Amino acid sequence: MSIYNSIETAARELYLRALKDIPQDVRAALAEARDRENQEGNATAEQVMFTILENIDTADAEDTLVCQDTGLAVFKVNIGFPIDVQELDRRLRKGCERATADYPLRSNTVHPLTRKHTGTNTGQGIPVIKLAFSTSNAIEITLAPKGSGSENMSFLKMLTPAEGRKGVKKFVLQCIFDSGARPCPPMIVGIGLGGTSDVAMQLAKDASTFRKIGASNSDPDIAALERELLDQINQTGIGPQGLGGATTALAVHIEWAHTHISQNPVAVNIQCWRGERATAVISPEGTIEYAS
Amino acid sequence: MHHNLTTPLTEADVRALKLEDTVSIDGVMFGLRDATQIRIFDEGIAPPADLTGSVCLHTAPGVRKRADGTYEKLSIGTTTSTRMDRFAPGLFETYGVRAIVGKGGLLQGSVDTMARVGSVYLAIVGGAAALATAQIESIDQVWWEDLMPECLWKFRVKDFGPLIVAIDAHGNSLYQQIQARAAERIKALKL
Repeated sequence: MSIYNSIETAARELYLRALKDIPQDVRAALAEARDRENQEGNATAEQVMFTILENIDTADAEDTLVCQDTGLAVFKVNIGFPIDVQELDRRLRKGCERATADYPLRSNTVHPLTRKHTGTNTGQGIPVIKLAFSTSNAIEITLAPKGSGSENMSFLKMLTPAEGRKGVKKFVLQCIFDSGARPCPPMIVGIGLGGTSDVAMQLAKDASTFRKIGASNSDPDIAALERELLDQINQTGIGPQGLGGATTALAVHIEWAHTHISQNPVAVNIQCWRGERATAVISPEGTIEYAS
Repeated sequence: MHHNLTTPLTEADVRALKLEDTVSIDGVMFGLRDATQIRIFDEGIAPPADLTGSVCLHTAPGVRKRADGTYEKLSIGTTTSTRMDRFAPGLFETYGVRAIVGKGGLLQGSVDTMARVGSVYLAIVGGAAALATAQIESIDQVWWEDLMPECLWKFRVKDFGPLIVAIDAHGNSLYQQIQARAAERIKALKL
């Protein structure tokens, strides 16, 4: 198979896989949350977690979608050998359109002013395609069909340098409070620290959506802040679905970039409990391997 | 406490429900979303079905149209109710809706209306569409197909739940209680 046919095939398959098959790291975190709610005697929270896990089992057994929100497609592509990126863009788009027509998936893409549907889950600027480059001799494609309940809970604040670490924590906790039940907690909290405003938002999305639960930031100070924030977010007691409990967040992930001496940007992007994503690795010969 | 309720619901049915009780529904549920309610309330076009005593689900389902014009369910899940809060009082007061099923909750104005007229908000687990779809037996009728997928849908349901009573018909909101407690706890945190 040509490399471009493989890219299109993988894109189509990843869209369906991401919507049907919850990643293993997310499943483990959800099961842990159910046990925690049980141990703490939170009956309603335990009921919610039980339903979430039962829903995942139902989707597995019936080979069906976990959630009805088929999202907006966000691709992260790591290019490890030379390819034509215009053709890559075209094939990723085609893969989304084929998945949408074949299943058929609900299409969500509308014009921002007229609200007119494209009907294909693609459109101007959609799918979102983030490119990275390496010498891996493979092309790794991860697709997250990002759901809207959580994406609507996105925040950016250009704090002052004087507000420091305390200001960052205060802002993040305010975002979690303002989000309340709406992003389908227990959630994965993605935080972008530093950069310019646009970079901070992108880092937050990377953190919420593309990092596996259980992996902490390689910078020890940042990793410590992740742990502190997870503990404090869970102390709010907002809980699963905002109905109270010990598990408001499954994880806090922070990605960072250097920033300007007079800036202190903080961005927050939330991922819902579904934590949808799926990955394929394509060799230069065009063979596809799928990983969860 | 768990309640098995059959539609249409009466005022007595919903007045008996307490916060954190669980509920399962048998009978009929109507599906609606932003565009459906913009048509009803902003454009002033009355819904083409009688919603008295009904249970309404905040949804825009994924479906496949059959050759005979009926619809096959593919994925029917729930969207955030808070976004559509401004329509809820009208559903309860003008059209007699007894329960909204959704996620994320409704705001103070809706809570007050629900206490006055006798309606409840039942929390479903957001994102749990695979389960909800399995509990919906069929799509019985569809109105306003031009709004696809945000039409007015009529679903036949069996043992739909468990749903959690998150706003009762007496002015109590579990969301407000949890948020008030969260505000206090955040204030007490050492940052």
